[in-house]
Order: sequence, then structure tokens, then C-alpha cells
Amino acid sequence: WLKISRYMAPFILPLTRITRRCIRALKAVQTEHVAAQVYTRRCFSAPVPRVTSHYTIYPRDKDPRWEGVDMERFADEADVVIVGGGPAGLSAAIRLKQLANQHEKELRVCVVEKASQIGAHTLSGACLEPTALNELFPDWKERGAPLNTQVTEDKFAILTEKYRIPVPILPGLPMNNHGNYIVRLGHFVRWLGEQAEELGVELYPGYAAAEVLFHEDGSVKGIATNDVGIAKDGSPKDVFERGMELHAKVTLFGEGCHGHLAKQLYKHFNLREGCEPQTYAIGLKELWLIDEKKWRPGRVEHSVGWPLNRNTYGGSFLYHLNEGEPLVALGFVVGLDYTNPYLSPFREFQRWKHHPSIAPTLEGGSRIAYGARALNEGGFQSVPKLTFPGGTLIGCSPGFMNVPKIKGTHTAMKSGMLAAEAIFSKLTDESLQSETTGIYVPEYEQSLKNSWVWKELHAVRNIRPSFHNYFGLYGGMLYTGIFYWILRGKEPWTLKHCGMDSAQLKPAKECTPIEYPKPDGKISFDLLSSVALSGTNHEHDQPPHLTLKDDGVPVAQNLAIYDGPEQRFCPAGVYEFVPLESGEGMRLQINAQNCVHCKTCDIKDPSQNINWVVPEGSGGPAYNGM
Amino acid sequence: MAARVLVGVKRVIDYAVKIRVKPDNTGVVTDGVKHSMNPFCEIAVEEAVRLKEKKLVKEVVAVSCGPQQVQETIRTALAMGADRGIHVEVSGKDYDSLGPLQVSKILAALAKKEEASLIILGKQAIDDDCNQTGQMTAALLDWPQGTFASEVAVEGDKLKVIREVDGGLETIKINLPAVVTADLRLNTPRYATLPNIMKAKKKKITNVKPGDLGVDLTSRLEVLRVDEPPQRQAGVKVETVEDLVGKLKEAGRI
Repeated sequence: WLKISRYMAPFILPLTRITRRCIRALKAVQTEHVAAQVYTRRCFSAPVPRVTSHYTIYPRDKDPRWEGVDMERFADEADVVIVGGGPAGLSAAIRLKQLANQHEKELRVCVVEKASQIGAHTLSGACLEPTALNELFPDWKERGAPLNTQVTEDKFAILTEKYRIPVPILPGLPMNNHGNYIVRLGHFVRWLGEQAEELGVELYPGYAAAEVLFHEDGSVKGIATNDVGIAKDGSPKDVFERGMELHAKVTLFGEGCHGHLAKQLYKHFNLREGCEPQTYAIGLKELWLIDEKKWRPGRVEHSVGWPLNRNTYGGSFLYHLNEGEPLVALGFVVGLDYTNPYLSPFREFQRWKHHPSIAPTLEGGSRIAYGARALNEGGFQSVPKLTFPGGTLIGCSPGFMNVPKIKGTHTAMKSGMLAAEAIFSKLTDESLQSETTGIYVPEYEQSLKNSWVWKELHAVRNIRPSFHNYFGLYGGMLYTGIFYWILRGKEPWTLKHCGMDSAQLKPAKECTPIEYPKPDGKISFDLLSSVALSGTNHEHDQPPHLTLKDDGVPVAQNLAIYDGPEQRFCPAGVYEFVPLESGEGMRLQINAQNCVHCKTCDIKDPSQNINWVVPEGSGGPAYNGM
Repeated sequence: MAARVLVGVKRVIDYAVKIRVKPDNTGVVTDGVKHSMNPFCEIAVEEAVRLKEKKLVKEVVAVSCGPQQVQETIRTALAMGADRGIHVEVSGKDYDSLGPLQVSKILAALAKKEEASLIILGKQAIDDDCNQTGQMTAALLDWPQGTFASEVAVEGDKLKVIREVDGGLETIKINLPAVVTADLRLNTPRYATLPNIMKAKKKKITNVKPGDLGVDLTSRLEVLRVDEPPQRQAGVKVETVEDLVGKLKEAGRI
């Protein structure tokens, strides 16, 4: 039955959902069965070399090397602490201070951000819809917000290997960009940071929130920043110092897509009870200085199709900026529910640039920046509970991206602003009687569900899931055309996603390896020179922050069944399978210093064995206006 | 005992960032690029703070020359343990052409003004690799210098400095007041932790203009052009020793 189902599956795939789920479940059983076999064989072979040394896997209170080390932490109190200095976090901070100044109240707002400077870990296309910004700063133009490039033309096409089929963007389609601005989001975030500081927000870039603190009643007390001075093997160095505790009445978590503290909070407060698992994509981006003759400031180009097959969600963007020099921002997005473990999003991106309609724009130009980040695509169906005693989730962390529009900044900013407004009224309410020490603000979730963010997400909720059909991309486009353009998402049903992205990979032996062309060094490039352009670096002598729950699983499961997909989906070359010194077998080498904090490994690891934790603050990429 | 130590700190482009030459070849792109304190300056600050902790000096003053952004660098020094900061305001074209000669004139003037008896600097900055400021400052003040220091010890009113030189290690004894420049192995700088950054916000940074110190900022150097280093050419593989000799003769190398 198993063999038959595998052969028959391609022919009978347009089945009912139930049957499809059965087949998937059977495949899962089959996989687990194979895994058990491989694992037992491993038990009798060479011992697994130790990869992980982080204290989240090997607690320090049981570690003899940490005996006698002073683990006390300095603590400070604020009214509101915000984790993450991105669009959501900074908008929340700004809104809080605007309200405090308006009502002449004192409010201490602290923002902790793991990047060394505000904006250094920000990466996005990006076409900004100024709706949220207009509400936050109606006078943003006078204040010098870096929205310098108005969208002048909007192009969309389906690519085949040799040709380009233009698709008209009719007004009303979600990807219509009239009224929007092409921005370098890193610069925009930097500007938001400056506005926040002017309003009196305390910004602390270079300090990562590493731990959530709880009161005795279980409510959130605040956060603790990362410890510094731990050696690569997990032992304390001479310069070891504990992080600091920041206590707050309410803590906002705006860590961006797939935040590591949010992951803990989901478990702790069971926030994902009523929603679907989040689905993601990885976005890779480059900035190019091109030949002036090819420069068309204000032009926005999107494509779907080649080099991805119709069942792999993804596409490209190419935006011509207008900031004085002939700069284009271009990139490629691949849905992380792809099934072929041989797929490498980085190499698809490099391959796409050679398409006959894209390559001429880049010829004669030079690449000046590279980066990557995961983005969420779950939308309406995947939004978890947003509030819990002592804290809230804002921005791309819970995930408010409008997938067909490919925009999430405006909704992230609005969620931050709504959280700020709800929290401010709660904190200044003199008759407030909080049941828990950490204040619970369910009004935020209410106001978000009554706002334009929710209406927007609801209208586009079925577009992404509509790609899960036999016709893949074309089915999805057809669905969008009928149900979104004509009916504006008013259909009464809500389609479901496929489940977790990490469960979508097929075993390697069922898939064909993809032959990627070699990079030519002019338009396409190799991985390591790209990583160098991201400016990423970490203190070398610290435990790798890509922690493995079980050091044996990468070789025993990921490599054995899926041919080690982590060596392909990581856009920074962190994961490498290298032969053991003894010659027999392989081991996983983690080059943690290369990490660009994209979170793809934590999302896509089929064994869900990789747990990304935050490294020492100020480590990570050094993006400049990405 | 040295009462006051002056530590110079320079804000430079972070060492891990890929440098890009400006399209007009007049310099390097710095706008929005990640900057941090020069690694040798961090070592200098650490040494000064250690001397203070050993009660060999009373006050550590961190100095930096540049535009508004260098205040962040001074704050980091304050978070590491410096007592107060001095920001010498230099911006625009003056900042682009600011070099070791002008900085050493500024430091010399400040040393006299603040009555400092020890100046600790990094041995060189990682952006220009000049390795000149310490030596020039000592000459302008007519003070002894202990450069490339890998160890510094106070012995009464003298300073014992172990220097890293090409031949190995050289130990010298110099009178105070003196200028010391820090080399890599002098110490391992401490982290600027968040509580210290918060405390540093309360420490004072005074703003000074070079004119107030009587320093003329005109540069004696003119940068003509900045270019990327030439791309490395592929090598040529040869099969035999005869081929190798032949190719070398062809290239006029032998």
C-alpha cells in the first residue's frame, strides 16, 4: 500500500483533503520507521562528536566549571520594555512616548536590540505602504523620513527558462503599488530610532534579550540581556559578566519573524492553541549599483515562475531606487514549504539573475550588499494569541504580513502602535486592579482585530493556501484573480495551510538533485563571497548559538534521510557536513560566525533539532540600508 | 604617581565590514556603515582602567576627535571605566583630512590643558594603519614614548614598558610623563555591559573645538585618489621544473 501510494500519488493528487492527509501521515510513519533503523545502526558506530556547548542545552548549575561563579544580575526597572528595535518595536516606543508627552505623564520606555546599531539587522525588499507612518507621524516628510522613491511603474511577469510573459497589474490586485514608496528599510528603521530617541525612548543597541523573566504568579516580569564572556566550550572566561535584568510592567516582544523568545512564550502560555502553525519563506536580497543607462528610478518589478517549478512557492523582486545613485534592490523569495531537499534558495536566486530579462539590467554593474531573512506567510490563519499576563507580541513575530502584497512593515508598525495605545490607557488608569503582577492587556488584541490590519489580512487569507493544489502557481493565480480581484476575499471559507514547513521535505531518495550552474563571478556569485558582503561577524570565542538538542541527529537523520538540507537552505554557509578525522562517516560542522540571523534553520530543519538562540549582543550582520 | 591619564579613542569602520570605495574615488563609503572603537584603542582604555583599579592613577579621561557620532565611542570608553570624556569637534572636510599630525597636536594641547601625566593610545588605527599619532604626540610634548607595549608597569615615578619589536621583546624604563601605545597582547579588553552603559550616560562629556586649543587643522597631505586593490590574477600551472624556469625567464624574473 505504501509503495503503491507513492507511485500513484502524482496521478491522483487532486484528491480530497482527507485522503491527502492520510498519504502524508503514512509517509511520516514510513520516515520515522526508517529513522529508527538508521539511528540504531549509528549507536554501534563511532561516538558522536560534541557540537553544542550552549548553556541552554547544558545547564550551568550542573556544570562543575561554573561552581563558585557569581551569577547575580544587576536589575533595573522601567515602565515598558520592548524587545527588538525594528519597525514594530520602534513604532510602539514612539507611540508610547507621544501619548506620555501628550498627557504629561512620565513613562520610562527601554528598547533592547541585538544589532550593534539600529537598522543593522533589518532586511526587506521593500515597498512601504505609508498608511501606518501617516498615522504615526503625519509630518514625516518634514521630519526627513527617507521615503525618497515613489513607485512610478509596476511590472509583473511569469518567467520561463528563456522567456518573460508580462501579466497586467489591474488596479485592485494586491500587488498594485500605486501610492507606495520604495525604501531602504534599514535606513527607515534608523530614522525611526532617531525619532524615538528625540522623544525620550532609551535605545540600547548591542544588547540582546536572552531570557524572559517571570514573576512568581507566572506573569512576565521582564527580560535579561545576554551574558558575555563564555568560551566556545561553554566555560567562563576571565571577562565573564552576567547580563542585566530589565523589569517592566509590560514587555513587548517585537523580535521579527520567528523570534527565539517568542518561541518560548508560545510554549509557556500555550499561545498557538487556536491557530495554524506559522508558515514561512526565505528572502535573499542584494543591492547593486548598475549602469546609469539601465536605471529606471521608481520601477517595481516582480516575477514568478522560473527557476522554481510550479509547486514551489516563490518569486523575485527588483526595485529601482531613487536616492542619487543608480541603485537597485533585488532579491528572491522561496516558500519554506518546498519539498525537494536538494533545493538551495541561494543558488536559485543566483540562477534567476541570469534570466535573459534580468541579466541585462545587471551587466556592467557591481554588487555592494547581500543578506537574507525569513519572512512569515501564514497570515490570518496563523496569528496566535497576542497577549499574556505581563506582555504582548507585536510585528512580524506573531506575523501580520500581507503575503500577496508582499508587505508587512505597515501592519507591523500598526500593531506596535495599537499595543502602545492599549498599554498606555491601562498603565495610566488609576483604578487599575491587575490580577497578576505583570499587567495583562487583552485590549490590544481586541483593538487589532477591529483595525484595518485585521480586515486586510482577512481579505487576502486564502491566496497563499490556494497554491496548494495540483496546478500550484497557476491554480493560485487563478484563485487570486477570481476570489480576490472580483470578490475581495469575501468568500465564506478559509483555506488551510499544509502544516509545519519542517514536515514538508520529502526524503532525498524520492527527489532529483538539482543541477545548479556555476557562479560566473560577474552576475552570480558563490556563497562565501556573498556572506562576506553581509558584514556579519560574531565574537569567535563563544558557544555556537545554533544549538542542537541532540548532537547525533544531523548525521543520523538529516544527512541520512534528507541528504543534509541545512547545508543548502542556510544562506550563510553555517552548516557543513565534513568527513570525520578518522575517515569513516561525516560530522556536522557549525560555522556560527557566518550566521546572518535569518532563522531559516530553526524553521526548516526536518528534525526540528536546531534551536537558534541569541548570540552575544552586537554580533550578526552589519547591513547598511537593506 | 600619575594623576591623570588621557586615552585617545578613534571611531573606525568595523573590521568585519567589507570596505567600498566611493564612485568618485575620493575616499571610502562611510555613511550608514557599521563603525566601532578601534580595537587597539579598546586595549588602551582597558589598560588605563586597570591602572585606575590598581590605584596607580586618579582619573581616566577618554578623548576622541570627530563629528557627533564619536560620542558613541566615547560613551563605550566611559562604560568600560573611564571617568569623563572630551569630544573634540571636527566635521566635514576637516574630518575627511584629519590625520595623525593634527590629532597629535590636539592631544598635546589637551595633555597640557588637563595636566595629564600619561597618554595611552592604540598603536595604530585599523583604517589608515598610520602608526604615527603616539610617536608624534610624544615628540610635540618632548615626552618619552613606550610604543608597541605588551606590558606596562609603574615603578615609582618611572614606567617599565616591555615592547614588541621585530627581534622579540625589548624592556625599557622611561620617565613620567610619557606616551604609551598599546599593542595586541597588552590585555584583553572587558565588555561594555548594559548597566555600565546606563551609568555612562550620567558621566560628563565636554565639547571642545580645535580652535580653542590653538590647533590648526590644515592638512599637509592631499589625497589624490582612492582605488580598490587590483583583482588577484589567476596563477599559471606548469608541469615540469623546466617549464617553471622557462616561464620565469619569459617574465624577466630571472
